[in-house]
Amino acid sequence: MDFNGSDTLPGPRTEDHLPHTTQAAVKIVIVGGFGVGKTTMVGSVSEIRPLTTEETMTQAGIGVDDNYGSDTKTATTVAMDFGRIGITDRLVLYLFGTPGQERFWFLWNGLFEGALGAVVLVDTRRLEVSFDVMDRLEERGVPFVIAVNSFPDAPRYAVEELRTALDLAPEIPIIECDVRRRASSKDVLLTLMRFLHSIALSGARA
Amino acid sequence: MTPPRRKRRRPQPPPPPLPTPPAPEPPDGQAEPKNPERLYAFAEAEDGARAELDLVTLIVARSAPQPGASPEHTAVLRLCVAPLSVAELSAYLNLPFSAMTVLITELITAELVQARAPIVRQALPDRSLLEAVMHGLQRL
Ligand SMILES: Nc1nc2c(ncn2[C@@H]2O[C@H](COP(=O)(O)OP(=O)(O)O)[C@@H](O)[C@H]2O)c(=O)[nH]1
Ligand SMILES: [Mg+2]
Repeated sequence: MDFNGSDTLPGPRTEDHLPHTTQAAVKIVIVGGFGVGKTTMVGSVSEIRPLTTEETMTQAGIGVDDNYGSDTKTATTVAMDFGRIGITDRLVLYLFGTPGQERFWFLWNGLFEGALGAVVLVDTRRLEVSFDVMDRLEERGVPFVIAVNSFPDAPRYAVEELRTALDLAPEIPIIECDVRRRASSKDVLLTLMRFLHSIALSGARA
Repeated sequence: MTPPRRKRRRPQPPPPPLPTPPAPEPPDGQAEPKNPERLYAFAEAEDGARAELDLVTLIVARSAPQPGASPEHTAVLRLCVAPLSVAELSAYLNLPFSAMTVLITELITAELVQARAPIVRQALPDRSLLEAVMHGLQRL
């Protein structure tokens, strides 16, 4: 990489600068299988052009052993799309679209631990790819809502049928969406926030 | 048509959020496949600074880059004239997240940038924070 071409250094447009008063960020994670609409959702609600952060992972013991005694390592690049929404002049929200396989999550320390909550995006044509993610989020104590991305040729199920299939507690919201539309993605995020708020209220009562 | 059903791996969701660190690497020369690891391995424990950097820790330059500073440091300081997250820096500079945190840790140690920690999920969530986020989203 060439850091010397300072005139052409990539960076945010001036109008995308966060105010200097911005004290802290919060994050929400959008998680789901490949092709379920994570990138589309990040792009439809973000106020900045969506960006990508990458991490490279090496895995020993995979690949072809071409030399006796030498360790073979394969490098895998895992990418995560993200976007940003300004909340107040002191607070900013980031949205991360994350692959569903847990074996990648450790690459970004605290990705789920620190998140306010998660959106599990599901495609009813491949409902089973999201089962594992829900297990993992429950284990980690990450509150989540289910967003059913409506693809035209996907089977449609009643919400209660989905709740039974996904074995979800009655309070966990399940919402249908078309994440290509900003209003719909925004609705999903607001559903998550209301759910988190209800948890906070019941926690305060307990 | 009925949807496929999830079978939980355990009957009850067990109690919450112990962060799960990657399992330690077994010593070299063992036959079984190793756990995946980051390409860039760093001394995380040295001063703990790296561990504190989250994807959304905001980085702000304390001053303009000095002549003679390394190109990498200069690039970060230029970008951080306004607060910018570690994730954004990684994206704009096209550096893996782990490499980005190392660079930023150097700048924090040299007191050239300031890091503003994110607000993370609490066992008892802060209602006014959640309400602020809701209102922000409603304005979108
Ligand atoms: N019909 C329909 N198509 C969608 C929707 N969301 C995403 N897509 C399309 O599905 C494809 C995969 O979406 P993408 O966001 O890249 O999925 P990702 O792998 O989860 O990031 C793209 O071609 C999208 O245009 C949706 O809500 N409805
Ligand atoms: Mg994607």
